[in-house]
Amino acid sequence: MSLTSTEADGAQVVTVNAQRIDAAMAIQFKEDMRTETEAGPTRVILDLSRVDFIDSSGLGAIVAAMKQLGKDRKLDLAGLTPKVDKVFRLTRMDTVFNLYDTLQDALDPEHVET
Amino acid sequence: MVETFACSFRATELDARRGVISVVHRLKDMGVPDTRVDEVQIALAEAVNNVVEHAYSETTTGDVLIRCNLHSDRLWVEIRDAGMPFPDTKLPEGKPAHVDASTPLEDLPEGGFGWFLIRELASDIQYKRNMDNNQLSLCFEIQLTK
Repeated sequence: MSLTSTEADGAQVVTVNAQRIDAAMAIQFKEDMRTETEAGPTRVILDLSRVDFIDSSGLGAIVAAMKQLGKDRKLDLAGLTPKVDKVFRLTRMDTVFNLYDTLQDALDPEHVET
Repeated sequence: MVETFACSFRATELDARRGVISVVHRLKDMGVPDTRVDEVQIALAEAVNNVVEHAYSETTTGDVLIRCNLHSDRLWVEIRDAGMPFPDTKLPEGKPAHVDASTPLEDLPEGGFGWFLIRELASDIQYKRNMDNNQLSLCFEIQLTK
């Protein structure tokens, strides 16, 4: 399992315990996200602070994970490291997700975007 | 002066990961700045994934050879494989995804970012089909720190 999950302030926090979400990891990540978020709070925060690198397969898997949640739930992303942040910005996918510098920011009511 | 190194590995996802990481370490050791190495890593990973997923998709998996030529002001990274050529022997366009906060969930793309990233990050791209090999070269501007 590449993920661990906790609840905080009514949101589900899913932490990725892998350094890379790349082509070798993307399918497992997508399946693990499906298992972790099958039921639970409306808001899911994906903590990416341990992820050093993501490629287009990994990016696609995160998009797929958001689609799996359906229209009534949402996936926010926290703790993007420099290369991960770069891939989101270059592909404009930073406009699709709410991005937070840290998990604390994602949980802080002053920062949270609806 | 040109510094050169090469490495090769089987075209599998896990070997590709190890191969890309080894190139990244070598480039850092040679004094290529970290932010540029990051960009090389993103583009190189996409190019190598394409070889694994497309070039060898219908043939027996072969090898990927990576050769880096570091000049004083630029880095050429050549990726060579013995798989199938690109369709029409032309590189994919890599159009940007038109997405924003209002894009409906079901319309969000789950792929097709690879060539867009390569084209954004490399300053020059060359492709040759040579003796049943694909030879893709990516160029990056460099200011050495060593």
